[in-house]
Amino acid sequence: MMLRLTFALILFALPVRADVQIQDVTSPGGIHAWLVESHDLPFTALEIRFRGGTSLDPEGARGAVNLMAGLLEEGAGDLDAQGFARARDGLAASFSFRPSTDAVAVSARFLTENRDEAVDLLRLALVEPRFDADAIERVRGQVLSGLASDAKDPTRIAGRTFDEKAFGAHPYGSDGSGTPDSVRALMRDDLVAAHRAALARDRIYVAAAGDITAEDLGTLLDRLLGDLPAEGAPMPSRAEWRIGGGVTVVEFPTPQASVRFGHEGIKRDDPDFFPAYVLNEILGGGRFGSRLMTEVREKRGLTYGIGSYLAPMDHAELMMGHFASSNATVGQAVEIVREEWRRAAAEGVTAEELEATKTYLTGSYPLRFDGNGPIASILVGMQMEDLPIDYPVTRNAKVEAVTLEDVKRVAARLLKPEALHFVVVGEPEGLASDG
Amino acid sequence: MLRRLALPAATWLMLSLPALAETVSDFRLPNGLEVVVIEDHRAPVVTHMVWYRVGAADEPPGHSGIAHFLEHLMFKGTDELAAGEFSATVEAQGGDDNAFTSWDYTAYFQRVAADRLDLMMKMEADRMRDLEMTEEDVRTERQVVLEERSQRIDSDPGSIFSEQSRAAAYLNHPYGIPIIGWRHEIEQLDREDAFSFYRTYYAPNNAILVVAGDVDPAEVRRMAEAHYGPLQPSANLPERLRPQEPPQLSERRLTFTDPRVAQPYVSRSYLAPARQSGAQEKAAALTILAELLGGSPTTSLLARELQFGERPRAVWAQAWYNGGALDSGSFGLAVVPVPGVPLDEAEEAMDAVVARFLEEGPDPEDFERIKIQLGAQDIYSRDNVDGLARRYGAALTTGLTVEDVKAWPDVLQAVTPEDVMAAAREVFDRRRAVTGWLMQADEETSQ
Repeated sequence: MMLRLTFALILFALPVRADVQIQDVTSPGGIHAWLVESHDLPFTALEIRFRGGTSLDPEGARGAVNLMAGLLEEGAGDLDAQGFARARDGLAASFSFRPSTDAVAVSARFLTENRDEAVDLLRLALVEPRFDADAIERVRGQVLSGLASDAKDPTRIAGRTFDEKAFGAHPYGSDGSGTPDSVRALMRDDLVAAHRAALARDRIYVAAAGDITAEDLGTLLDRLLGDLPAEGAPMPSRAEWRIGGGVTVVEFPTPQASVRFGHEGIKRDDPDFFPAYVLNEILGGGRFGSRLMTEVREKRGLTYGIGSYLAPMDHAELMMGHFASSNATVGQAVEIVREEWRRAAAEGVTAEELEATKTYLTGSYPLRFDGNGPIASILVGMQMEDLPIDYPVTRNAKVEAVTLEDVKRVAARLLKPEALHFVVVGEPEGLASDG
Repeated sequence: MLRRLALPAATWLMLSLPALAETVSDFRLPNGLEVVVIEDHRAPVVTHMVWYRVGAADEPPGHSGIAHFLEHLMFKGTDELAAGEFSATVEAQGGDDNAFTSWDYTAYFQRVAADRLDLMMKMEADRMRDLEMTEEDVRTERQVVLEERSQRIDSDPGSIFSEQSRAAAYLNHPYGIPIIGWRHEIEQLDREDAFSFYRTYYAPNNAILVVAGDVDPAEVRRMAEAHYGPLQPSANLPERLRPQEPPQLSERRLTFTDPRVAQPYVSRSYLAPARQSGAQEKAAALTILAELLGGSPTTSLLARELQFGERPRAVWAQAWYNGGALDSGSFGLAVVPVPGVPLDEAEEAMDAVVARFLEEGPDPEDFERIKIQLGAQDIYSRDNVDGLARRYGAALTTGLTVEDVKAWPDVLQAVTPEDVMAAAREVFDRRRAVTGWLMQADEETSQ
């Protein structure tokens, strides 16, 4: 009886549209941004991305972009670290600077009342960071402490080992935070160079949401970003995939092994991206009901959580997954993942799975746009992926258009059970490195 | 004098608060179900949550982990739904669902398009009284929970250390047991344990419904009456009286050594008053005390004294206060020393900062800045209606009322430096504290 009701609702429920009005703003100085104006709350969320990120580190200075980003708020212009933090907190603004493999992300939130002062302060951090000697040592110590912890964290060891094997000497093959040795060797000049290389106007993406007009945003952007250099460092080369199928065991004393697995993925602008996206959602989307979750967790209790995802990065495409399972059972779990890969590659998915997943994906998409912070973040992500400004209204149609045949074709193309590599960190029983 | 330093911003923030007052209403059904409705019409989305006034601190002795285990089992079937169908149905509506357990509450939520609220209520009401599960469901899910324990606790020496410290912090109160449960007790949990706990505590007279988003309160009331209204209250709902702490007269200290520790640190946790309905002043003072001592990683007193200067002794130094609990809160300090600084020196330095604060009191400028930030937090938090729903749910399951939640920002703004000092003098009593050292295997103590 419950089932019938559910079914009726699916038939009648047209997914709500992502009803956001995105304005394309160009500042007088030529900086582009997307804006969703919303005057309900007296603050603005601003998201900036500088493409490149930690992969711009020159040889011999691994970790420079990461340390540089950690120092932007630790003294700028005529303010030392304390002075900067006091000024920011006194305005009740918040800034964050997050370096990642392909970008340096800047998130800011500021009140309408003191917007100009907050923006001037953020400008200081972006344009005039001081890199004071004591601040460098302090933040270097924090980075080293984090690296020491990572070195004993099975999940981090699994990720780092996989990256090394997959990408070798390319920046994608190592931790963007650097190694203890490389971080200890970084000089102030390396940080100044990293700043010059990574924060430039030729790689900038901007989105804002909240209590601000297009005109005010344009003025704000010129003041905030206009003094950055026009050009930064060249982008890294393509990362060649170097790892074959198999298992790598890293011995580590822990009751539960941590596993990272994957193979090559698919580009974001590939015509088959949407079928691949829907396929992954069915196979390992991380929700209850995905095939991996059903087989490894729900039916057998071998893990607390398992998921897979597509990672179309700037210089390589990955399809990755991870889980943790007791040393005694991890071998069985690995075999189930392989088997699910084989099954989906050979047979595709069922019509019921496809329909349920499309309904989920189309229904949940508009729910993401629920607040200034999330909206600004989605908008800047769209620009980084080179999506058109009307993407939120066309996206669900692309999901709807995926057919059973599409998924089957793409499963055969994308899923390569024999190419899957598993890095297992722990003391797994009955598993050994084979390549 | 305090006000002068940052007058423009502070004045503006105070004035703006009433205009932003959130649209929150509440009512109660005849069967005892409490309902809170938070309106936010910016997006066509709703968060539907049911909070039960039961958590890990309400478990029968010897059955630690049953509250959390039951939370997992609630995703099995009912008399109307097959195992797994609840989540599958939510997803078929484009929604997400999940649940979480704490010492004082267990909560279930779905986030869906606002026009699907009725179906969510129908399903959540169904599993409030009509849960079903097989022995096989229970066996498999117990394995999942043991894997969860391995992942969250046993694979991470920092988590084991916290678990041990917490156990030492309470001499008698069940706040000392871990939410997920002790492994040897999880292994013994069975179907009857789960059902007995379920039948006692999962009922409208022990639940709070929180609906937040693009909804009309009158409509919510109509739907709640239709779906939750017919449910029978639990007849044997026990009064919520947990074993309380005796006077704590002796300081506790512990060390935990593990070869997987990469970064040693020292932490201390004091028992502290929790937020009390109608009397939140002390908790507000402790909130500001934690901010002053160790809130900002740059400007807090601990950060300034230990991470900066000629000879920094800490990589990180923090303080925190947790006042959201039915019986007792906690106030914590922690220092992660720089390489070469042993834990005893780190602890001494931490105590020296606290001692100086107790003598000198807060810097007026710091005090005012923290108030400005807390005031603005109130504005920023309205951007996240999920967060607001959680705030009300957590408050109402820990002895507070809707009025207490609404009053909290004003109570915070009314705190004086004298209030903070009085709270600090009360809380910093080592006889009611646990101090722990997390150490590497080869760490040498210099005691």
